[in-house]
Amino acid sequence: MDFSNKYVLGFALLLCVVCSALVSSTAVALKERQDANKELDQRRQVIRVAGLAQAGDALPKETVDTLFESIQGRVIDRETGDYIDVPVASVDPIKESKDAEMSAKTPSEFKAAQVSRLSNRLQVFEVKTPGKECLVLPIHGKGLWSTMYGYLAVKNDLSEVVGITFYAHGETPGLGGEIDNPSWKAQFPGKSVFGADGVGLGVVKASAPRDKDYEVDGLSGATITTKGVDATIKLWLGPAGYGPYLEQFKTQG
Amino acid sequence: MDKATRGILLDPLHEQNPITLQVLGICSALAVTTKLETAFVMSAALTFVLVCSNTTISLLRNKIPGSIRIITQLAIIASLVIVADQVLKAFLFDTSKALSVFVGLIITNCIVMGRAEAFAMANPPMASALDGFANSMGYSVVLIYVALFRELLGSGKVLGSPVFASVSDGGWYVPNGLMVLSPGAFFLIGLLIWVQRSMTPTLQEAD
Repeated sequence: MDFSNKYVLGFALLLCVVCSALVSSTAVALKERQDANKELDQRRQVIRVAGLAQAGDALPKETVDTLFESIQGRVIDRETGDYIDVPVASVDPIKESKDAEMSAKTPSEFKAAQVSRLSNRLQVFEVKTPGKECLVLPIHGKGLWSTMYGYLAVKNDLSEVVGITFYAHGETPGLGGEIDNPSWKAQFPGKSVFGADGVGLGVVKASAPRDKDYEVDGLSGATITTKGVDATIKLWLGPAGYGPYLEQFKTQG
Repeated sequence: MDKATRGILLDPLHEQNPITLQVLGICSALAVTTKLETAFVMSAALTFVLVCSNTTISLLRNKIPGSIRIITQLAIIASLVIVADQVLKAFLFDTSKALSVFVGLIITNCIVMGRAEAFAMANPPMASALDGFANSMGYSVVLIYVALFRELLGSGKVLGSPVFASVSDGGWYVPNGLMVLSPGAFFLIGLLIWVQRSMTPTLQEAD
């Protein structure tokens, strides 16, 4: 069949319009549900990283809501570490980091994490459950293919790590994706955080010499992802990230 | 039903099985079959995409200009896959996380493009819909077979419930690590291909 050029162009245009309409109306109609799912999932991550639930537990919405009653989400000023009195849900650090007025450039000594700007307001989750008190800090940084978003939980006196988890990333399944492997994550609880000259916690290649108290084995075949995790930890625990807040929290108790 | 329709419906289950005979769609067969639940959801997603894309392309088959044929099929398939992905994220969020990129990869699944080109472009909508359904059933059968054994032998569970009590839970079964990795899926598919061709010698290729 011979089609005129006009027909081909017209057909292609119509096809694009119809496909876009279909895809965007689906996305818009389902957005609220998807956002609710994402929020529930993030809350589950916070609960798990803080050690308030076991890896296999189901955590339905009611359980999550109950556990979250003893978890206080706060907003802090990144540079001073002071609390800002706004509801934690009203702040979106990822979005705000893109706004020049609400963020600052990442200092060059932390450029390894490839996070170009840092929001001036950050969220922290203070877990007050008796016996399991800790601080859950949202972290993110670049791996090999994607930005890895996760939480790092540390004890209130900053003596050791409680847990780490990455709830969103696009690293290679089987290689960098092993940051989701419970056995790899299990290396973190108990590691010391701060040493004599600042952040001691890190991830090193398995073959490299390391300080057993502070450092965790990397992942075979996932060098760049591993380096990304290491850089992410050092950025957020350092003076440009949650450092000032952690200092203040420790002294005030 | 008439012979032609019966052929369309039954061939993809055995004689023309997309995975074991046409050897298409292998990568998702390896990746999502560690658990039976994800295999079911993946099969359902592929069935939806394949039936809808075959029907749509068949309805438009006389209107699609030859010069943009492939990209048109791709645009239709991609839109359907995005819709399926969005629905999964809204209603089955945890499973969609386990499936991660593999729902999106249905766009690249050769079975979908293959049937669009080989069947939908030359046949009426009803037959194309049936063909899409039958091929996705052929795919699903293989996926469920692989997932059943991988989950059972790899972790002692079926659909998340323990069947063989594993040693880590105080039982007797030592989970077979090979089944959890992709090569285990390869072996299972290879076994199936061998059994299939022994049962039906006509399917064996001439050397």
